[in-house]
Amino acid sequence: MAHPALVPPVLVDPLPEYEDSVGPRRRRPSAWHLLLLPLSLVMLTPLAWMVVTAVSTVQESRQFPPRLPSSIQWSNFVAVWTTAPFGRWLINTAVVSAIVVASNLVFCSLAGYAFARLRFRGSGLAFMLLLATLMVPFQVVLIPTLLIVKSFGLIDHLGALIVPNLVTAFGVFMMRQFFLALPPELEEAGRMDGASRAGVFLKIVTPLMGPALATLAILTFLSIWNDFLWPLVAIQSPENMTMQLGLSTFQGSHLTDWPLLMAATLMSQLPVILLFLAGQRMFVRSIASSGIK
Amino acid sequence: MAPIVLDGIRKVYPGKPPVVALESLDLTIDDGELVAFVGPSGCGKSTVLRCVAGLEKLSAGRVVIGGREVQELPPGRRDIAMVFQTYALYPHLTVYKNLAFPLKERHVPRERLDSDVRRVAEMLELTPLLRRRPAQLSGGQRQRVAMGRALVREPVAFLLDEPLSNLDAKLRTQMRTEIAAIHRRLGITTIYVTHDQVEAMTLGDRIVVMRDGRLQQVGTPAQVYENPSNLFVAGFLGTPTMNRIVGHTSHGVVTAGSLRLAVPGAPDGESVLGIRPESLRMEDTHAGWPSFEVAVSHVEALGNENLVHARVAGRPAQLDLDSASALAEDTVVFRAPPKVRPETGGTVRVQLDPSQLLLFDRPTGERIRLLGPATVIDSTEIIH
Repeated sequence: MAHPALVPPVLVDPLPEYEDSVGPRRRRPSAWHLLLLPLSLVMLTPLAWMVVTAVSTVQESRQFPPRLPSSIQWSNFVAVWTTAPFGRWLINTAVVSAIVVASNLVFCSLAGYAFARLRFRGSGLAFMLLLATLMVPFQVVLIPTLLIVKSFGLIDHLGALIVPNLVTAFGVFMMRQFFLALPPELEEAGRMDGASRAGVFLKIVTPLMGPALATLAILTFLSIWNDFLWPLVAIQSPENMTMQLGLSTFQGSHLTDWPLLMAATLMSQLPVILLFLAGQRMFVRSIASSGIK
Repeated sequence: MAPIVLDGIRKVYPGKPPVVALESLDLTIDDGELVAFVGPSGCGKSTVLRCVAGLEKLSAGRVVIGGREVQELPPGRRDIAMVFQTYALYPHLTVYKNLAFPLKERHVPRERLDSDVRRVAEMLELTPLLRRRPAQLSGGQRQRVAMGRALVREPVAFLLDEPLSNLDAKLRTQMRTEIAAIHRRLGITTIYVTHDQVEAMTLGDRIVVMRDGRLQQVGTPAQVYENPSNLFVAGFLGTPTMNRIVGHTSHGVVTAGSLRLAVPGAPDGESVLGIRPESLRMEDTHAGWPSFEVAVSHVEALGNENLVHARVAGRPAQLDLDSASALAEDTVVFRAPPKVRPETGGTVRVQLDPSQLLLFDRPTGERIRLLGPATVIDSTEIIH
């Protein structure tokens, strides 16, 4: 069935003003900067102290107030790699973080979509239960989690760090909120155009999830990369340790090699700092939208 | 192209208490007809559209499109297309890909897909915009892309859900003309939902007036305008709205303030006189037409005419307006030529065309059908 050709409509729309044609706004100094500048200096002090200590000798690191070192001790960074299985810890942490981030992106978005869009018996109750788990401190569920992981035979195995974090209640909640803000007409239009529900999710919803997924990825990565308590309980062998756990081995009961510890800490934080610099806008938005930090 | 039959469709949203969005609606839309559903917000007109589209599951009833029962089919298999109020363009896809999406979902071969998309783009003057994304388009352009996406797969019926409500007044008029042209050319059965009576009156072959999930009246725009079935329809259609004056009927005579008319066949009781603004003239030249004085309260100068708001003189001051139809008013609006601008606060004499007078039962709001045209009882009595 072919439609006859239409008379061309007599319409001349004015060209729209493109958002991206407007240059970035130049921020002017404001009174807030008088407060923010000293605050940022306070926040930067521990970081600066860490960098200074990382390139100092042990004696110089014990001086108070801290001073700049007489010479830069690059050897501290070499020593981190030679005196401890630092590379192994780095790989362990990267593997755990990558798998957990990937699984959270998949499972949290699927579960969040279901809670936001599908009406099924008990969905409200299930969501309330999910929310309730957010209010339980991890310390409370530490032992039960340990017992479950032990029953899986995963103690002292990287799987112990991965399995309990494959999907998180926070991630599901965050993705649900995102889907609720997405106009349902887009999905309805997709269904009218002939797409199945799965097709709508894959072809219409998924491409629009970028900002939400990036936010979830950043928050999940930070939480896994910096996690200390759970690896401390679940991992014993040095070769299975993650970065944060490994760093703690630099601290002795009587003596701590602070330059070595700070050099290792500095290196361990480099991926986080790089991630922050790459996705700074997304990171700030994630904090603003999720109400957490 | 196909007729659409709505057979006792009913939609109830579960809850405590359940919300009845549609109350057993029957309607047949002929092949190639454009039917405009009109009514205030929450009247159920969009629900009808969504039920036909398959976006809402019916609580009861049947939807038959082209002789095929479709109420159990998913939206994509009903062979109908819909234009959403928000256009619902896929923001991550270019105009070309938006237009191509429904064809891709139907696995149309690439060559035919490309030619169909370009044909529709040409038809709607979208060819220069094919590489843009929706965010880079103006409101009118987005609207045309939404129309194009519905047109491209040549559906048997169109569903348009307030497609012009996000446009400014000038563009709305242009797009209204364009939609009328498209419908005239293609002749596709169309359901058009709007809250704008002008759109409904100008576009619809027939209009359906809805209120509280119930169908109030179906007919051509002229039928519904000239012969409203109740006070709601009478008040909803027409700008300015129909004048409603509370009166009392006794022994075939309706009295409203200084106005007394013989209304053959009207039952005794409280009634409302419905007078279109164009049935009132600021003249005194028609013999046999009742005239009466009104106190001018406000004049709206529109350039091509003046709208005069006035209060009927001699009305009983204590008439209880709140006890029955809340629609009943004691002020009238009528048109005056642009050069005739009565003084605010002054009194003027207006004449009423009695043959155009409508009478409604005040308690129920239903139209009272008269056995003959209303006539003046005694014009000398009513002229002050």
